[in-house]
Amino acid sequence: MAKNKIKIEHVSKIFGPKPKSVIPMVRDGMSKAEILKETNHTVGVYDASMEINEGEIFVIMGLSGSGKSTLIRCFNLLNKPTDGAIKVDDENIVKYNASELRKFRQDKIAMVFQHFGLFNHRTVMENVEYGLEIKNVSKEERQKIAQDNIEIVGLKGFEDKYPEELSGGMQQRVGLARALTNDPDILLMDEPFSALDPLIRRDMQLELLDIQERLKKTIIFITHDVNEAFKIGDRVAVMKDGKVVQVGTPEEILESPANEYITDFIADIDRSKILQAENIMFKPNALVSLKDGLKVAIKEMKENGISSVFVVDRGRHLKGIVTIDAAIKGVKEKKTLEDVLDTDVSVVKKEEYVNDIIPKALESKFPLAVVNEDNKLEGLILRVHVLSGLVADDVEESREYHGYMQNNEVNE
Amino acid sequence: MGNFPDIEFKLGDYVEDFVNFLDEVLEPLFDLIFFISSRFIGAISDVLTWIPWWVFIILIFLLGWYFKSILSGVFYAVFIFLVGTFGLWEYLMMTISIVLTAVIICLVIGVPIGVWMAFSKGFSSVMRPILDAMQTMPSFVYLIPAIFFFGLGNVSAIFATLIYALPPVIRLTELAIRGVDPEVIESAQSFGSSRWQMLKKVQLPQALPTIMAGVNQTTMMALAMVVIASMVGAKGLGEQVLISINRIDIALGFEAGISIVFLAIIIDRVTGGVADKFQKHRRAK
Repeated sequence: MAKNKIKIEHVSKIFGPKPKSVIPMVRDGMSKAEILKETNHTVGVYDASMEINEGEIFVIMGLSGSGKSTLIRCFNLLNKPTDGAIKVDDENIVKYNASELRKFRQDKIAMVFQHFGLFNHRTVMENVEYGLEIKNVSKEERQKIAQDNIEIVGLKGFEDKYPEELSGGMQQRVGLARALTNDPDILLMDEPFSALDPLIRRDMQLELLDIQERLKKTIIFITHDVNEAFKIGDRVAVMKDGKVVQVGTPEEILESPANEYITDFIADIDRSKILQAENIMFKPNALVSLKDGLKVAIKEMKENGISSVFVVDRGRHLKGIVTIDAAIKGVKEKKTLEDVLDTDVSVVKKEEYVNDIIPKALESKFPLAVVNEDNKLEGLILRVHVLSGLVADDVEESREYHGYMQNNEVNE
Repeated sequence: MGNFPDIEFKLGDYVEDFVNFLDEVLEPLFDLIFFISSRFIGAISDVLTWIPWWVFIILIFLLGWYFKSILSGVFYAVFIFLVGTFGLWEYLMMTISIVLTAVIICLVIGVPIGVWMAFSKGFSSVMRPILDAMQTMPSFVYLIPAIFFFGLGNVSAIFATLIYALPPVIRLTELAIRGVDPEVIESAQSFGSSRWQMLKKVQLPQALPTIMAGVNQTTMMALAMVVIASMVGAKGLGEQVLISINRIDIALGFEAGISIVFLAIIIDRVTGGVADKFQKHRRAK
């Protein structure tokens, strides 16, 4: 189990002249709009609690106005919470005085901004070294570190350019390099890719995952885009009207949305890019071992009402598939199981995305075999099943149908 | 009848008492200011008159070339040469030194006040009506306390010029600092910048193009005060204009007047060019 890096407890942030006075009103169930109208205070975040593990990408997702940008600014106290505690490595940072806070920001945490927040009077190099300059690191040393980070984000050769001379995607790379240069434990990313066009956004997402693979930072990532959230998030928190509605892994949220709001939110998500083979596969009811022979295979198929069955060896490694027709023919012609075995089976890995399986499913005449890292058979996926998995409300339901579909296949 | 009732409030008398009071109490301070500024003007005009005339003309040409274009440089050089042919070279140098001194003092006082106003809403709301008053009060009016504090001469002229020319640089500094992109401020904060680091490394550099626009305006206003300031004894082109009015001397009046126009054009274009250079540096080079 990964170690807790950040723990926020009942954090609220209210904007206005007397923020504390508003907290009881929210507790009594007044809505954001009512409070704004009556007291002229804006409820940014109310009673948010969550734990963020070391080295994970934690995504906070919500529509605009849901308080996600307010919340992320609480982690480095750009917004000082009105109430609640934020513990980083078990220290409550809300209680920090000015110099402790400066130290914390210099050493432990860095932020990447939606519109990049670059200093346009400084070159790329001068932007990237800014964090170290603030810490009075010598020019030689900080330029060396900055240079390394400029290379990590792929901007070698652009050191002396000004931000305005770069494209949006490159500017955000500068923002990322600048944040990485301080070597923070925690990286805050406030909708970093929202201002970029879709193709560049996809590249940047992959690159972020790549960089994360190497550097293992704790990343808090804000987005309003469900697909982005589920693609890069290890865990996702969904916010609405300043409150945290659900926290979980993308699969958990997809499979059991906490309420209607989340159901709506994820309605337009492209499930095929989130669900993996193992999410839609089912465990085979029947399996035939190579040494069992043809008769056992026929018996298994009859008992389970299926038209074909996978054949494995002793270590559950897939050998092939045998259909009922081939088996019956084989018995008549006194052939062995091995003789009638069809090895033309499409195999997919457990963690392949459904999206990538679709072409294989369309081509294959048999169910797809799902194997784990050791190439052992874990389950199978029917062609119909791949497609139904994309539209079904939840995967459990489609599993119930599979017997029916297999029977249909027998009748074909 | 429509006559105003017999109520009197002698505000002017109170102000006079106040000015008298200031003059008594703060005399050492005024003396110090007098000493420093008269030395300052003296130093600048010494340098300007020490420079040979042709070097000065070449300098003007180079400034015009660098900040605008080679053609502008040629024009500015011709302008200055013409002023010399009018026999007003010395007066031109005097005027330039007064304007330069006034502008430098304006920056030294104005930028910090503008920065403070940007940081403090309270201070800003106190300063704003004062700035309005400074700009709208007829400029002759400050000549009176100026004479009181500093006597007749260049220092009084500078004092009056300051009051008139200070507001734009203060206002534009405040505007510029407030106008820095909040995300840029946040990003500087997020790296743990101290207040001073933030101001020095981020806010002032970001605000510089707008502040330069303020410098341009302040300089032009300082120049506009040249004639008025000559009424309290400022030397230079303004004084020549004043003399020509007294003598009804059309020739001298025109020459001195057109010289001021030439100077105004050069100063405006050059400081404007400096501001543009700062802007361009932001965009692609």
